[in-house]
Amino acid sequence: MHVQELTKQYDGKTVVDGVSFAIPKGKVISLIGPNGAGKSTVMGMISRLIAHDSGLIDFEGKDIGKWKSKELSKRLAILTQSNNIQMKLTVRELVTFGRFPYSGNRVTPEDQKIIDRAIHYMELEEFQDRFIDELSGGQRQRALIAMVIAQDTEYVLLDEPTNNLDIYHATNMMKIVRRLCDELGKTVILVLHEINYAAFYSDYICAFKDGKIAKFGTVEEVMTKENLSQIYQVDFEILTIAGKPLSIYY
Amino acid sequence: MGVIDLTPGELLAGNFEQLEIFLISRLPRLLAILCTGIGMSVAGLIMQQLCSNKFVSPTTGATISSAQFGILLALLFMPASTLWSRAIFAFATAILGTWIFVWFIQRIQFKDVVMVPLVGIMFGNVIGGITNYLAYKYEMTQALSSWLVGHFSLVLKGRYEIVWLTVPLVVLAFLFANHFNIVGLGKDFSKNLGVPYNLVLFSGLTIAAMITASIVVVVGSISYIGLIVPNVVAMYKGDKIRGTLVDTALFGAIFVLVCDMIGRIVIAPYELPIELIVGILGSLIFIGLLFYRLKHGRKAIRLGSAGTGCCSAMPNLKGGADQ
Repeated sequence: MHVQELTKQYDGKTVVDGVSFAIPKGKVISLIGPNGAGKSTVMGMISRLIAHDSGLIDFEGKDIGKWKSKELSKRLAILTQSNNIQMKLTVRELVTFGRFPYSGNRVTPEDQKIIDRAIHYMELEEFQDRFIDELSGGQRQRALIAMVIAQDTEYVLLDEPTNNLDIYHATNMMKIVRRLCDELGKTVILVLHEINYAAFYSDYICAFKDGKIAKFGTVEEVMTKENLSQIYQVDFEILTIAGKPLSIYY
Repeated sequence: MGVIDLTPGELLAGNFEQLEIFLISRLPRLLAILCTGIGMSVAGLIMQQLCSNKFVSPTTGATISSAQFGILLALLFMPASTLWSRAIFAFATAILGTWIFVWFIQRIQFKDVVMVPLVGIMFGNVIGGITNYLAYKYEMTQALSSWLVGHFSLVLKGRYEIVWLTVPLVVLAFLFANHFNIVGLGKDFSKNLGVPYNLVLFSGLTIAAMITASIVVVVGSISYIGLIVPNVVAMYKGDKIRGTLVDTALFGAIFVLVCDMIGRIVIAPYELPIELIVGILGSLIFIGLLFYRLKHGRKAIRLGSAGTGCCSAMPNLKGGADQ
């Protein structure tokens, strides 16, 4: 997937301005940056949830707008923050929806196997017949991830997956992201606010500022004192912990 | 159960007079009751799912009042209108009214779930007000009253067949049940799964509006069923439409049947309009439901605050029906 000169305006105000990048396959890529830098909008555009004003989004050799919605949903999955599910669906019923692009209303035995695997992978067996609205925030996130796994897409896009989770659940979430990439070979793109999660668990970081890409590179390339200070306008120190550059800001 | 006693034995024995009553009045009435119960509860279920709001129903979503407005228009412009032409008018206005309502609530994006049905009730009352005004102006109130308060007493062979339309529509709803569920989970969610959000949303609403309109044309306004029945069933069976649609339909049918029987027994040989019975029973069940939820489960707070809003809305609903 690569993006060229992507632009988006809201009410005459440019929120994404000439953004170009290429997504390396089979890696974890984190989009970071201050509030209003345009990272979530970019995420929305490359997942076809938001229409782009100009520029090109090339997904697997074809413009993303030219893909049939159903075909695209077999290759690219997106979870947004707005998924606050109030419906009384069981975990299993939710995960079953992940097979919808493939089988529609008729769930085949093959689908059942994939659903079982996804539930097992997210360790949700004991919850599978519980209603989602009775689960905790962390469990609910896992159920949604299980649905995405059942959707069996090459690309997984997550918009602030650690939002509203405590340190324990957020860290577990990031470990899951890593496993999606390492064990299942998926390309995972996330929007993150927590820089150190991005640094510790991703391969590449794409830092946004004022609707433009401030820096895009490997974790080591982006996580420098100068880069981060310039992007966030606060003072940074970089420490190397467990072989990863982690930041302290004050 | 009626003014004239019918017995199965004599029917089978070929008592011609009894057979005639049975075929002309009793059987149509039974079928109309069943269709009404099934139709209204399924329409409510669809609307609740699509709007992901437990308090939306044909009554609180302006569908019924729009359908009545359509009937009035038909009576005004085509005084000699047949059942079918009235139905077509009612379909058109019911669909339009529901669409406008949902379009409106999507643009505004209310934070509080209670606001949606409240706005719906207001919108419905505005339409009802226009209907009443026009009816007074053209001296149509009497003609219209038959559609304002739902009752089965005018259901006879030859003038109720439109309710049968609910059957294919309910089947259609069953076929698209999963689509409705996914759309109910949100726009982003359905786009992710490759489901065309707006198309499914508005065709689902069209189905619900058509079911409602075909019932209003024959029977008149029947509130609450679309609100209570899906909620009661969802408490036990969850929100997966495929799993609850049949239960919802059956429960709705039985509910209306029981209400109709009560209405015919209380002051026999006369009868009370079904709207009255459903209104009384419905509001009691609804309050019971709210108390039950207050006592059980974590969702007590959310539903509790929602409940206050809905109780205050009830006098409104009834007031509209009694006029």
